[in-house]
Amino acid sequence: MGVLIACSTVAVLTTIGIVLSLVFESLQFFRMVPVTDFLFGIHWSPQMAIRADQVGASGGFGAIPLLAGTFLISAIALTVSGPVGLYSAIYIAEYASPRFRAVVKPLLEVLAGIPTVVYGFFAALFVAPLLRAGGESIGLAVSSESALAAGLVMGVMTIPFVSSIADDAITAVPNALKEGALGVGATRSEMIRQVVLPAALPGIAGGMLLATSRVIGETMIVVMAAGLTANLTLNPLEAVTTVTVQIVTLLTGDQEFDSAKTLSAFALGLLLFIVTLILNVIALRIVKTYREQYE
Amino acid sequence: MPASAMENTQPKVHILDSAKPAAKMTIEHLTVFYGDKPALHDVNLKIGSNRVTALIGPSGCGKSTFIRCLNRMNDVIPGCRIEGRVKLDDEDVYAPGQDVVNLRTRIGMVFQKPNPFPKSIYDNVAYGPKIHGMCETKEERDAIVLRSLDRAGLLDEVRDRLRAPGTSLSGGQQQRLCIARAIAVEPDVILMDEPCSALDPIATARIEELITELKEHYTIVIVTHSMQQAARLSQKTAYFHLGRLVEEGDTETVFADPQDERTRDYVMGRIG
Amino acid sequence: MSEIAEKKLRMAAIRKKRHRAETRFRLFGMAAVSVGLIFLAVLFAVVLFSGLSAFKQTVIHLDIPVEASGDNYQAMVKLSLRNAFQDVTSRRHKRELYALVSSGAAYQLKDRVQAAPVLRGTMVSIWVTASADVDMAIKGETPRLTDRQLAWVDDLKTKERLKTQFNWRFFTGGDSREPELAGIAVATLGSLFSVFVCLALSFPLGVLTAVYLEEFAPRTRWTDFIEVNINNLAAVPSIVFGLLGLAVFLNAFGLPRSAPLVGGMVLALMTLPTIIITGRAALKAVPPSIREAALAVGASPLQAVFHHVLPLAMPGVLTGTIIGTARALGETAPLLMIGMVAFVVDLPETILSPATALPVQVFLWADSPERGFEERTIAAILILLLFTCLMNLTAVLLRKKYEIRW
Repeated sequence: MGVLIACSTVAVLTTIGIVLSLVFESLQFFRMVPVTDFLFGIHWSPQMAIRADQVGASGGFGAIPLLAGTFLISAIALTVSGPVGLYSAIYIAEYASPRFRAVVKPLLEVLAGIPTVVYGFFAALFVAPLLRAGGESIGLAVSSESALAAGLVMGVMTIPFVSSIADDAITAVPNALKEGALGVGATRSEMIRQVVLPAALPGIAGGMLLATSRVIGETMIVVMAAGLTANLTLNPLEAVTTVTVQIVTLLTGDQEFDSAKTLSAFALGLLLFIVTLILNVIALRIVKTYREQYE
Repeated sequence: MPASAMENTQPKVHILDSAKPAAKMTIEHLTVFYGDKPALHDVNLKIGSNRVTALIGPSGCGKSTFIRCLNRMNDVIPGCRIEGRVKLDDEDVYAPGQDVVNLRTRIGMVFQKPNPFPKSIYDNVAYGPKIHGMCETKEERDAIVLRSLDRAGLLDEVRDRLRAPGTSLSGGQQQRLCIARAIAVEPDVILMDEPCSALDPIATARIEELITELKEHYTIVIVTHSMQQAARLSQKTAYFHLGRLVEEGDTETVFADPQDERTRDYVMGRIG
Repeated sequence: MSEIAEKKLRMAAIRKKRHRAETRFRLFGMAAVSVGLIFLAVLFAVVLFSGLSAFKQTVIHLDIPVEASGDNYQAMVKLSLRNAFQDVTSRRHKRELYALVSSGAAYQLKDRVQAAPVLRGTMVSIWVTASADVDMAIKGETPRLTDRQLAWVDDLKTKERLKTQFNWRFFTGGDSREPELAGIAVATLGSLFSVFVCLALSFPLGVLTAVYLEEFAPRTRWTDFIEVNINNLAAVPSIVFGLLGLAVFLNAFGLPRSAPLVGGMVLALMTLPTIIITGRAALKAVPPSIREAALAVGASPLQAVFHHVLPLAMPGVLTGTIIGTARALGETAPLLMIGMVAFVVDLPETILSPATALPVQVFLWADSPERGFEERTIAAILILLLFTCLMNLTAVLLRKKYEIRW
């Protein structure tokens, strides 16, 4: 029994490990760069800080452009996966024949099982050039590492995630409610839009929050398809960089552990962890209360 | 149960009194399958206008399946197949061009468990008229909502909280709200599938009272597992047994002098 | 009367509109489903179409005069090329000629000679790997060869001294700077080692935790806390686990960089929540009557769970484990953090030797500008997808087969 209890604490130890390691390294970083500069600075160029003649690192560690880039790509991804995932779930749950469902549902799950590095490769080698060529043909300058390419592919990646959560939420709506709507002569789409979706809304909202947290933390697609240079813009055709991209670039290759450059990755990691944690806690709570409501 | 009795599919029909009203719905040779399993076998029944027809029988006898065939709610169930004919007035309910949406505005339904939408009381009742475009102005809509609530005997209880959620009402009130929702689209027929099975006796009495009033305006078909309720409410009773319509006729006759052995067993409380 | 007729007409018109909206809505649904399916189809089409060619490799047949002594195999290969095309004299043309075969050719010759020293001083007839540019040209890509080189290639082809054969090296070789020499063996072994470590840690830990939480744990604030914790861990970005591995396993514990052991440990922490959550669901699905029956014949609570309940829940537990492992196999980001992104040529011997992993190899090659690497990247993706799809399929089948409705 003691063994069982010990095992169950591993999960807690993991969380403590994450928090401690992130906080510890971040504190070291904030000794070199003030927190406010990090959180509100609009200039990100960590490479400059390793030059010996650079006094301190002020001005080079503003996270705002990274957050903006992360936000931009996440917004594009969710614009794709939100409606597409939701409509897929609706079609599969309410319209598809059992045979169609039996084939298509696992196929969409395959989409969820594809490693993200494959999506990244696809975004960089096929989607980005395609967008670039498409943009050129209508006279638009599209960066070869545009936020759009990364965002679109990330959106496709999260379709099955959104659709499976939406599916759960929709099927949890009691049949009695659906029949009530059909019984007064609603069409199926009216039933879904006016009765099922409002009732399933909390579940779907929770799912979208989880998807958001996932998109924000997604790494490989943006590492491979988004840019490296911080660029404060909301134009989806330009290259932007994200928090995760910077963590990877800062920490791959050789590193000394006392440089602000390396340590800044942990500060970014802490930021990422806090944001996703908040999203997860809210989302899980919403989903849980929603589930209890119909159980 | 003797096998010979099972073979006997022709229901015994009592000779009805001369004041026989016109049939609102006519069901001819209705057979229903769920996948390969037959659920109803060759049912023939006429449902009279402006009266209450009660469908009784032991559970699993097909009475719920039957009532859901009348407004095609069975369409929702995958693998459900229907043979025979169901007519509303002179119109075939299962005709190829039949608009189910329109059909269900003419044949409303009240379900076993009260199922108000998670909307306000007002919106619950206004939902049908709104989607069907029955009212052009807000005044018209208000009028429909108030009239329906009034007819469902709920208006006095909810007049000052029409914006409260429908789910905040008690079970019996919720069921009356569902009745109000059904009559708001001005149907000819109201189908009720065990509308009181989830309610306490007082709420049940209230609904029964309401049903008796409603038959002045509507044709009502009610499935019930309570023979007393069928006896109290209905003018006509049909007894279903194992997917067959065994006996139908005036309620009094069916209960006082059942012709079929199975009906007799059921009304005497020997099966069920 | 006419008012009623008018209203009926109006309602009929509205109904027509509503039916059109219904059709539209349905089409939206179908379109949405198609988006996912089309992407999937395109992805697999691309991977199959451009990845399969990497399993073929162009080789060139050379007759190489091996010196009786001396080990300059590079020079011997060059000499044999000059012998084959004796009209080549200028230095620039010679360089172009040498570029036809891979730099690995000398090693192939060396291996052959060292395995059979009797070959010294004779003419050795050997198929050597062609350079990536030749390989690409043979496979129909726009050639990056000069016209002269193309003429030589044609010449070799007509003399049947050039052919394509199955590319064993892709499966047995480590990484290389030359696309034609690069293989996925290091990455595959690294992945296997990591996944093995991951399973060895996360499966027992996960199952025991699930058993404790579902069967024994009293509902206290502590167990509630553990539960919230696990649910949250399942949604923490994978790269954060990588940061944990870097700070704790590498810097604090001083474990070696680039080692599959560390990779496996990080992956185990990521997989743990999945196994616990699915494990608990599987345990919950076992009806209490089984437990009560075991207890009634005098089994201890521990025995009841481990002898009776857990075996029945095993298919569900395994399904969750396989899905979690498949995800771990495809995971890249945390491995980048702990240095499994490296140029490794030699096969890892233990779980402490430096290695990469399949998805990391994909990432590394995808960055290389050479055309030859693109083909290999896609081939590596093909292998990776094969593994993950097989695992997911197993999970689906397992779930289907043991789907018991209690």
